[in-house]
Amino acid sequence: MAIPENKLAFDGGWEYDPAPESTDHIKIKKRYGLFIDGEFVKPAQGRYFDTINPATEEKLSRVADASQADVDRAVAAARKAYRTSWGRMKAAERGKYIFRIARIMQERAREFSVIESLDGGKPIRESRDVDVPLAAAHFFYYAGWADKLDYAFPGRTARPLGVAGQVIPWNFPLLMLAWKIAPALACGNTVVLKPAETTPLTALKLAEVIADAGLPPGVVNIITGAGATGAALLQHPDVDKVAFTGSTVVGRSIQKALAGTGKRYTLELGGKAANIVFADAAIDQAVEGIVNGIFFNQGHVCCAGSRLLVQESVADEVIAKLKDRMETLIVGDPLDKNTDIGAINSPMQLEKIESYLKIGQEEGGEMHQSSCRVPKRGYWCRPTIFTGVSQSSRVVQEEIFGPVLAIQTFRSYDEALSKANNSPYGLSGGIWTDKGAKIFHMTQQIRAGVVWANTFNKFDPTSPFGGYKESGVGREGGLHGLDAYVKLGA
Amino acid sequence: MALAAVKSSTRFPDLSTVPAVDEVGVNERVARFQSRSIKKASKVEALKLVLSMIDLTTLEGQDTPGKVRQLCQKAIHLHAAMPGLPHVAAVCVYPTMVAVAKKALAGHDINIASVATAFPSGMSSLSVKLEDTRMAVDAGASEIDMVMSRGAFLAGDYHYVFDEIAAIKEACGAAHLKVILETGELGTLDRVRKASVLAMHAGANFIKTSTGKIQPAATMQVTLVMLQAIRDFYYETDRMIGMKPAGGISTAKLGVHYLVMLRETLGNAWMTPEWFRFGASSLANDVLMQLVKQSTGIYQSADYFSKD
Amino acid sequence: MASTAKRQRIAVAKTYKIYIDGKFPRTESGRYFTLEDKRGNVIANMCRSSRKDFRNSVVAARKAQANWAKASAYLRGQILYRIAEMLEGRREQFVTELVLQGAGRRAAENEVDTSIDRLIYFAGWTDKYQQIFSAVNPVSSSHFNFSVLEPTGVVSMLAPDNSSLLGLVSNLAPVIVGGNSCIVLASETKPLCAVSFAEVLQASDVPAGVVNILTGFRSELTEFFASHMDVNAIIYCDGGKQVATAVQEAAANNIKRVIDRTGINWSKPDAGHPYLIRDTQEVKTTWHPIGT
Repeated sequence: MAIPENKLAFDGGWEYDPAPESTDHIKIKKRYGLFIDGEFVKPAQGRYFDTINPATEEKLSRVADASQADVDRAVAAARKAYRTSWGRMKAAERGKYIFRIARIMQERAREFSVIESLDGGKPIRESRDVDVPLAAAHFFYYAGWADKLDYAFPGRTARPLGVAGQVIPWNFPLLMLAWKIAPALACGNTVVLKPAETTPLTALKLAEVIADAGLPPGVVNIITGAGATGAALLQHPDVDKVAFTGSTVVGRSIQKALAGTGKRYTLELGGKAANIVFADAAIDQAVEGIVNGIFFNQGHVCCAGSRLLVQESVADEVIAKLKDRMETLIVGDPLDKNTDIGAINSPMQLEKIESYLKIGQEEGGEMHQSSCRVPKRGYWCRPTIFTGVSQSSRVVQEEIFGPVLAIQTFRSYDEALSKANNSPYGLSGGIWTDKGAKIFHMTQQIRAGVVWANTFNKFDPTSPFGGYKESGVGREGGLHGLDAYVKLGA
Repeated sequence: MALAAVKSSTRFPDLSTVPAVDEVGVNERVARFQSRSIKKASKVEALKLVLSMIDLTTLEGQDTPGKVRQLCQKAIHLHAAMPGLPHVAAVCVYPTMVAVAKKALAGHDINIASVATAFPSGMSSLSVKLEDTRMAVDAGASEIDMVMSRGAFLAGDYHYVFDEIAAIKEACGAAHLKVILETGELGTLDRVRKASVLAMHAGANFIKTSTGKIQPAATMQVTLVMLQAIRDFYYETDRMIGMKPAGGISTAKLGVHYLVMLRETLGNAWMTPEWFRFGASSLANDVLMQLVKQSTGIYQSADYFSKD
Repeated sequence: MASTAKRQRIAVAKTYKIYIDGKFPRTESGRYFTLEDKRGNVIANMCRSSRKDFRNSVVAARKAQANWAKASAYLRGQILYRIAEMLEGRREQFVTELVLQGAGRRAAENEVDTSIDRLIYFAGWTDKYQQIFSAVNPVSSSHFNFSVLEPTGVVSMLAPDNSSLLGLVSNLAPVIVGGNSCIVLASETKPLCAVSFAEVLQASDVPAGVVNILTGFRSELTEFFASHMDVNAIIYCDGGKQVATAVQEAAANNIKRVIDRTGINWSKPDAGHPYLIRDTQEVKTTWHPIGT
């Protein structure tokens, strides 16, 4: 099909009025301490840092900067809880506490959603429809595992590891917290968790939930801070298990730092997923899948479909439709219910994304961005695609973590597969075709932990998630997500 | 309303290039349209647009000239208590009622649509269907809503379907042709897409989901698939085709969601009664109730809005 | 020797070579080290493999892995069984080698017998572990979602030093049962059985390159086993904190999976279990819409 570009007109005419989610009922304290041993305490050195709204650059709150002494205190509280309460509790009772957390999160879902969008910049539609309900569902799912672990590991006895030190990123703050805390607690471990420094608020709100749920003090401890705090936590000698989600660079340094300690670890790291569209695909749904693959959560997604591989006979059609579709994406106020793409999480991240836009063009790539308006204040990036790039382009090889798609074409199945696997990463992949046999063949051959066939960026508490190769070690979610938090004995 | 001159270039399409449709993906996209929050002025504008796109319809065996005249009154004066409202796009009646409607609408810019071709089943010969069509056109219908022969389509006799539509199109003369696919009988979205392509290539000015006599009638899912077929046809031929979901669209909220879908699929050019219609009987009153609520702030009762 | 002299026949001593890509080359470095018995008699000259031998082995292992993973579970099971058959047939040779390297006759017989039985045990797992460890996941959306195991890829292995046959077999079998290929550094102090075992493998229809066995010095080769960017996982079985640290630090270069098998008594009857297979597997989860 020969298609002229941008033939359809989406500008002007009937437009949607602002539909902002109300913030009336949201309570954010001016200052947050550290949640240790069941209560909020002041940081030992009395230092605090600002957390801002990336859509307005306004300060939302001040958050404690945990030092080594605070980390020691939190780990000690977790150890004590492991020894005296949580580790000795009947599994079924443990499960009931976790169920409670899930229920309270559901009750306070709206509050969590709004704060997630305020603090992190993601559209309220996503925090409301994806992050928060999935986080609650995750607790609900793992709550039920607490007293059923014997069935998860046939022939073995599963025992808790002890104290888990967990460090999570800023792209899905509450959801990543749920991925970390829920299985840890279900398996009988206690937790010290550090949220990312740009998005600490929902974790601190969750601390309130933990208190409301009546968990024994010290079972869950939330400490805030930057990289140094995270390093202090993960390297703490009394932490038995380390769980980290973040970049491959940091993941590598953690794996090195833990060498010789005997600590168990799971790492969920970067990705550069290929999203492969064959000519026989349901093209219109594939275009949606491409959009969802790269523009979901501003592209701040480790499993984003950031490399589009499209079969050449439909490449023009797919790219033209994609460009038209991009024109309908609404970029702006994260709290507006109609916003599709919110704010970039931080000025640092925006700078990184923009550097790649420059690199992509310098490498000879042709850049196209949607013509949408973006607000004056705050951190924004228009949906962007690059064509005319190749496997040797940095925008094809490196994780950008923004709404930037690198498009290549392919002729044969083998070419698509070889390009897809030609990466040190292996977190996820996508394939679009109407032919069942081809789906099974390709999903078997893509070296990645999650493969979406005729869909993309789907998540569920029952579904294991995690990478091959440099995308990480271990799985989170589902039956397989339990492995990370138990030691197996005969 | 003035209808654009009819261009006809019928050539049997290459159906092997019709893309597959994935139902779950369609559902997800539709859910996104439905999650759009339309408020304030944009809501009022949308509601008025919905009103102007309605084909006010009565297609009952028990229709009387009196009922049709009342319907036409309603078409002209949607809600006397609220001045400045648009009128509907057309009234839609059986061929025997076209003359009544023509008289009742004289002097008003409201089109007369008539169902034809052995509506709603289409189970008759081509000659009877042609006669049915001519009868409606001769009586003054400017739009003909024909039913596609589902039997032939499902049997795979696409050439029969194509030729029949082309023949009816010719019998329409200057009248616009809407082809009803009766998506509720097609079973899959793949077939909806294929039937859309067939109808457009055979000369349809509009493609329409349903007769309203079969469940399910219009859904956002089938409408989306048809809009995407229209878009691809436009990409390919430069010709705009209209879209008419019909049956089951009875709330203002749903009507607005259809407009969201239209806007984000085909863009502004289609956002007029010339290119988009709602086939509906009770939608108008719900839209009116919403409009009154928007202007007064008070929730409304159906008792205060005339039913015809 | 006396009996040989009486029969006027000179025994043919075996040359122990290394095993790469289904062939038995000498080390490319031309170096060797001498293996002696307790009394200081020379048993054999062993190849002192170099990092280049290891590099070549990784190339062979990478090349062989995809097809090995693609072979049917049934076929892999039969090949594993075939290894056991071949080992049974050469039982006496292995006992002799173990005795030569210092084991008592009884202990040596036990080790060989247990090794054969362990191979049979794992031969039976090839078409079952997937069923034990896979899952269909009941996701909330309209998708069919399932998780299966896939081989991690190329695995490097520092085989146990003490349990030179049974430890080797117990660690190697689960790796190849799961469709991985591997490069083994044999026991440094007792390397004979590993080389003979390579001959068993070669006679057992194990495709070339699936298993590669080197002899040489831990101190020299560990670094490369751990750091190679085209190796997906490393198994180590001995050494204290120093070894563990060195292995994991180097492994972090490409986020290699690091599998600690230290302190395991491989002669225990329950030392074989399918969780050993799972250690060198990846979980892959696939989603597909359910619709018409």
